[in-house]
Amino acid sequence: MNNFLGLYNYWIVIILMMTGFYIVIAKGNLLKKVVGLNIFQTSVIIMYVSMAKVKDGAAPILTEGVEKFSNPLPHVLMLTAIVVGVATTALALALIVRIYEEYGSVEEDEIHEQDGSF
Amino acid sequence: MVTAFSIVFMRDLFAIVILFGIYSLVSASFFVNLDAVDVALTEAAVGAGISTVLMLGTLALTTRREKKSSHGPTLPLMVVTVTGAALIFATLDMPYFSDPANPIHQHIAPRFIEQSGQEIGVPNMVTSVLASYRGYDTLGEVVVIFAAGLGVLTLLGRFGKRPEITMPSPSMSHHLILRVIAKALIPLIILYGLYIQFHGDYGPGGGFQAGVIFAAAIILYAIIFGTEKAQRVISPTVIHILMAVGVLIYAGVGVITMFLGGNFLGYNVLAHDPVHGQHYGILLVELGVGVTVTAVMLSIFFDFSDRKRIQSIEEQ
Repeated sequence: MNNFLGLYNYWIVIILMMTGFYIVIAKGNLLKKVVGLNIFQTSVIIMYVSMAKVKDGAAPILTEGVEKFSNPLPHVLMLTAIVVGVATTALALALIVRIYEEYGSVEEDEIHEQDGSF
Repeated sequence: MVTAFSIVFMRDLFAIVILFGIYSLVSASFFVNLDAVDVALTEAAVGAGISTVLMLGTLALTTRREKKSSHGPTLPLMVVTVTGAALIFATLDMPYFSDPANPIHQHIAPRFIEQSGQEIGVPNMVTSVLASYRGYDTLGEVVVIFAAGLGVLTLLGRFGKRPEITMPSPSMSHHLILRVIAKALIPLIILYGLYIQFHGDYGPGGGFQAGVIFAAAIILYAIIFGTEKAQRVISPTVIHILMAVGVLIYAGVGVITMFLGGNFLGYNVLAHDPVHGQHYGILLVELGVGVTVTAVMLSIFFDFSDRKRIQSIEEQ
């Protein structure tokens, strides 16, 4: 493992993260932006969980005959992060619904047009 | 990853939402591969289940087609490429994948792995870290979920005015197959939720996952038989009270341990034997988490579905 290939987990994470980032900044549709943010979030979760992996380790549940475990701490942090993530996503979706009711659109450009900004 | 890329290019928002559900399911299996069974369970229940339902609800309330954006993709693409390249350059200093000598495995994790068996007496280390060692964090997260539920309620809920909804909610109860299958499945889902809730000390699971699974069972019922019938089973007022009750159970356990002479959320004093105390503490705390998560998810779902009915009444 003494070459750069040992870093491939981070590269997958970065590709996913940049995909989410691209959706957030390039797309005008608010719902699509939320999906992009969620992809971004998943990439962060994958990063933590992949860091927790130990070679030949088992899932961190005490069982007889198993001595090597993966690191439980990142699992805990990410587990709660997912649930908090869905709660905040729901909040964002609720905001989108309200915006649609006020402006009749979920496109960024049209909303700016109605506000007279830009 | 392929699904993530196709999301970029698709215009039909409905397809995007479904693809996002598939993406979550794929990442859940990825987590199993990385030994994170608890995380995988949560991601499968939350990402592939609840978020997809919520996003579909938003679609029903807004519009389905994405319009073409007015500015070109060049500038964002450049920003993304530069950021990505910088991040990849930064990874050259990172430790290698799955090497046991990595710094992350040196600090406090070995203590959790070696001591939690004796100190907490719960085989699932994720549960013991979640509910006991890092009990404060988890309490904070439960409060965040509670706050998000309140936020959705204030944005979409109907406080005060409460227009009488006479219109029947849309349901699929005329589909015989759906009705029969759902009736057979819902008890099993609830049973599975109970198993996840109370077996979380020994296998993967716990309050967060169980809460989401309970909510999924009731949401399934609401989708098939109509929201009104589901609300007759469990009324919105009860849900709103339960949201707070879960947080209060969690914080209450902390206060009780303080009165018994321990630290806030130090479960050792709950019974004569510290290990038994830890067991009781974790069980109660997970119950609180489960109650709050179920109630918040249901409250959010009902807010969305009621909103749709209010909208269609106003259109008439």
